[in-house]
Amino acid sequence: MAQPQTMDQAAAPEAGAQQATDMTLSVFRGDATAGEEREYRVPVGPGMVVLDAVHWLQANVDSTIACRWNCKAARCGSCSADINGHPGLMCKTRLDDFVGQVVHVRPMRTFPIIKDLVTDVSWNYKVAKQIQPFTPAQPAPFVMYQRDVDRGQEFRRCIECFLCQNVCHVLREHSGMDRYFGPRFMIKIAELEMHPMDTADRVDLLAGGGGLGFCNITKCCQEVCPEHIHITDNAIIPLKERTADRYWDPIRRLFRRRRTG
Amino acid sequence: MATPATVPAPQRAPKGWKLPWWVEPTATVVALGSFGLYSIWEVFFHTTGRFGNYLSPFFSPDVTAWGIHVIPAVWVVWVPLLFRASCYYYRKEYYRGFFADPAACARPERSRVYRGETRFPLSLNNLHRFMLYLAIVVILFLWDDTVRAFIFPNGFGVGLGSLIMLGNVILLSYYTFSCHAFRHLVGGGLDCFTCRARAVTRYGLWSRVSAWNSHHGQWAWISMFGVWATDVYIRLLISGVLHDPRLI
Repeated sequence: MAQPQTMDQAAAPEAGAQQATDMTLSVFRGDATAGEEREYRVPVGPGMVVLDAVHWLQANVDSTIACRWNCKAARCGSCSADINGHPGLMCKTRLDDFVGQVVHVRPMRTFPIIKDLVTDVSWNYKVAKQIQPFTPAQPAPFVMYQRDVDRGQEFRRCIECFLCQNVCHVLREHSGMDRYFGPRFMIKIAELEMHPMDTADRVDLLAGGGGLGFCNITKCCQEVCPEHIHITDNAIIPLKERTADRYWDPIRRLFRRRRTG
Repeated sequence: MATPATVPAPQRAPKGWKLPWWVEPTATVVALGSFGLYSIWEVFFHTTGRFGNYLSPFFSPDVTAWGIHVIPAVWVVWVPLLFRASCYYYRKEYYRGFFADPAACARPERSRVYRGETRFPLSLNNLHRFMLYLAIVVILFLWDDTVRAFIFPNGFGVGLGSLIMLGNVILLSYYTFSCHAFRHLVGGGLDCFTCRARAVTRYGLWSRVSAWNSHHGQWAWISMFGVWATDVYIRLLISGVLHDPRLI
């Protein structure tokens, strides 16, 4: 572990300024080939979040620290990281929740590291391309009742921070990217499948390449979602039930055959 | 950019006391393990769960009335056991507690081949809906037992046991009818809630079940402890340790 660098090395407080509390930030520095955590002392003010501290380091200690961010308001989903081992948005994680602790900031473990806190999340966009897009029964615009779009609107709150993908143990611990699309794309499929105007069928995809069966519904995706989307209860489990309708329920299958046949 | 050097130290209290990650899985193992051991003792070492007009939920329906006297509870408990074992909520708890798969969110796991619920026997969890159908039948028997618990040899009455059985069956009903499979059955499988007259009715049902479903985990635990408490009470009555107070 590298020796802590303090603010004295960079920018000393102005004369007469009230002394701020210092905290130690241990930030991963490195790339896909090698890296280690380095400790920095950061002065902490009220309401400061982890992203503020990283920005302070960039401005005052080391401008080469790489970090992806855009809005600093939990809207863009760019600043996802592992903070003290737990996936979270750096812009939404307050430093005063860690008083007396070293704050370890690492890139998302599930995705390949590009540099420092920046990971390559392009796998997600490749997965997105495998999902049949919205296929409406008639050209837009549609007239729909609110109750018919409520479910989809919950899923559309997703900001694609990929924290759910990061915490999903199928992807994170079992390298299941070749078998399971992950929670983010389960809500994408649920949104499309539950849309009253959509005509496409993605149940076979779920049971096959989508890998829905790999999810063992331990709800971590739901716990970390910064948008509080009920990923497991409102998307994954209903999709499991729809898959069971087709593959595990001979009674339903019989009724379906009678209707179509 | 924040201006940290000119502001006072943080005043906000930390957001609550966070339990260590191992507390939840350990509590699950202790609670479910204890209940499992108690259930084995109750089922295999007792031939009756009846005390007067009270019947233990472990022995309902009362198969001895149908001429089955060999370990009567075994013929009953497999339904609630499999219903709970395939329950979406309990799956989360036992995958975390017993399989450490994962033990807690973002915790490292042992390296091994992971198949999730794609292979036997865990793939059988997909049959949860059939366990639900059977559990609903058991609930009907439990409601029948509860009504009988208010009918004493001298007519209507209320004993402490009657109230305990009533509380138990209410908790079990909430647990059963807040089930994710039931939510899907009543309306969750529809894409359009307004396209047909029947779909509008189903939307109402789905909304109600969804409200119950948001507390399914709580119902799961409370109802399990309710069954436990009811059985313990009746067992203590049978063994003569307790006397059932009549309230009315």
